[in-house]
Amino acid sequence: MSLVNIQNVKKRFGNIEVLKDVSMSVQKSEIVSIIGRSGSGKSTLLRCINGLEEVQGGKIVVDGIDVTAKDADLNELRQQVGMVFQSYNLFPHLSVERNIMLALTVVKKMSQGEARDIAAEMVSRVGLADKLKAYPDELSGGQQQRVAIARSLAMQPKVILFDEITSALDPELVGEVLKVLEDLASGGMTMLLVTHEMNFAKSVASKVAFMHHGRLHEIGAARSTIESPQTPELKSFLDAVLH
Amino acid sequence: MNIIREFGTAEFLFILVAARWTILLTLASLAIGSVIGLLIAVMRIVPLRPINWLALAYINLLQGTPVLGQLFLFFFGFSIIGIEVGAWAACVAAFSLYTGAFLGEIWRGSLQSVPRTQWEASAAMALNYGQRLRYVIIPQAVRLSVAPTIGFIVQLLKNTSLASIVGFVELMRAAQLMNGATFSPIPIYLTVAAIYFIICFSLSQVSQHYERTLHVPR
Repeated sequence: MSLVNIQNVKKRFGNIEVLKDVSMSVQKSEIVSIIGRSGSGKSTLLRCINGLEEVQGGKIVVDGIDVTAKDADLNELRQQVGMVFQSYNLFPHLSVERNIMLALTVVKKMSQGEARDIAAEMVSRVGLADKLKAYPDELSGGQQQRVAIARSLAMQPKVILFDEITSALDPELVGEVLKVLEDLASGGMTMLLVTHEMNFAKSVASKVAFMHHGRLHEIGAARSTIESPQTPELKSFLDAVLH
Repeated sequence: MNIIREFGTAEFLFILVAARWTILLTLASLAIGSVIGLLIAVMRIVPLRPINWLALAYINLLQGTPVLGQLFLFFFGFSIIGIEVGAWAACVAAFSLYTGAFLGEIWRGSLQSVPRTQWEASAAMALNYGQRLRYVIIPQAVRLSVAPTIGFIVQLLKNTSLASIVGFVELMRAAQLMNGATFSPIPIYLTVAAIYFIICFSLSQVSQHYERTLHVPR
């Protein structure tokens, strides 16, 4: 059975239909890149998966939990589904260590000691062992984003959602974040990424999903879909982003 | 025989010592008013309309009527329905409710100044609503609210002089009593003004210190 199952999802903001009947499934250890123009519904789709946005129709099931059910326990679900944001969203009043420890102690009820050990392990995994006691505003954008990934990883989620996580970064800082993603990919993490990094999508992702006007317009194996798009819409999109 | 006293050391000390009641009234109102204020601030932002309206009604009622009127209401109002309240109790009650309304609005503003993305990030990490408020939103809001909160405390301290009207002997009432005995309004009210100034100036210094040391994000 697939880890994430999206069936006929519909989403409106007021009168604007952002998602029109989107269906997709993601298997364990699969890496799906979601690409498309801005406003095509990519980020909204991602945000529906962990219940940050409510859907108006269809069904999303993650690891057996129905996200779209009226009585869905979203806090239970969100322990299984990590999310990393474009603007990092670290907690500015907490050190790197405390940022990572917070959910471990408050949600998972771990002791301070246990949580501190995990925090140390996670920051070294993203190459920032020396920044454990630093505050977010003392870090570069790339470093903040790596901490945000570490914070998400610490919860040991079954799947992580990445929402344009390199879009706010200076170009020279993108590489260090993609490197962390590649490490996660080779570790077998299931990932859904909204991204504009076509080379990354091609080389690391297993599937590419192209969103167009709120629909899943084309989906397929990453390399072949990007190298030989089947629809004229994807072709023109790729021409525009790859120049 | 001269029945009018000179304004001397004893009179000065009487006024100075009465300042403790000004400070105590401020502290008591602040303590109770903070609890009310926190409650009102949270009630203003929770996603439940009736609760929002209730808090808004409280704020409008308290902010839209003069604190002197509220003071009279407590002091005289209760005796009409047969409950005797002393000047101290009436003053603490009135100033606490007044403080609650103003701190409630200041703190609501601070809570709403914390970026929405901080709510989303903490929600995505499986924190429930109360945990998001307690561990992520309130700590950041506190840093934003230091300056306006201390600004309000300065207002509160000066407004406690209204308590003199219901006969509570704080700084201003003590000055009126001494003026009745000495007829030296200028030195007496200059003394009173100096005492108010010293307390309020110290408070704004504290505020500036905190603004420098607590590093306020964004």
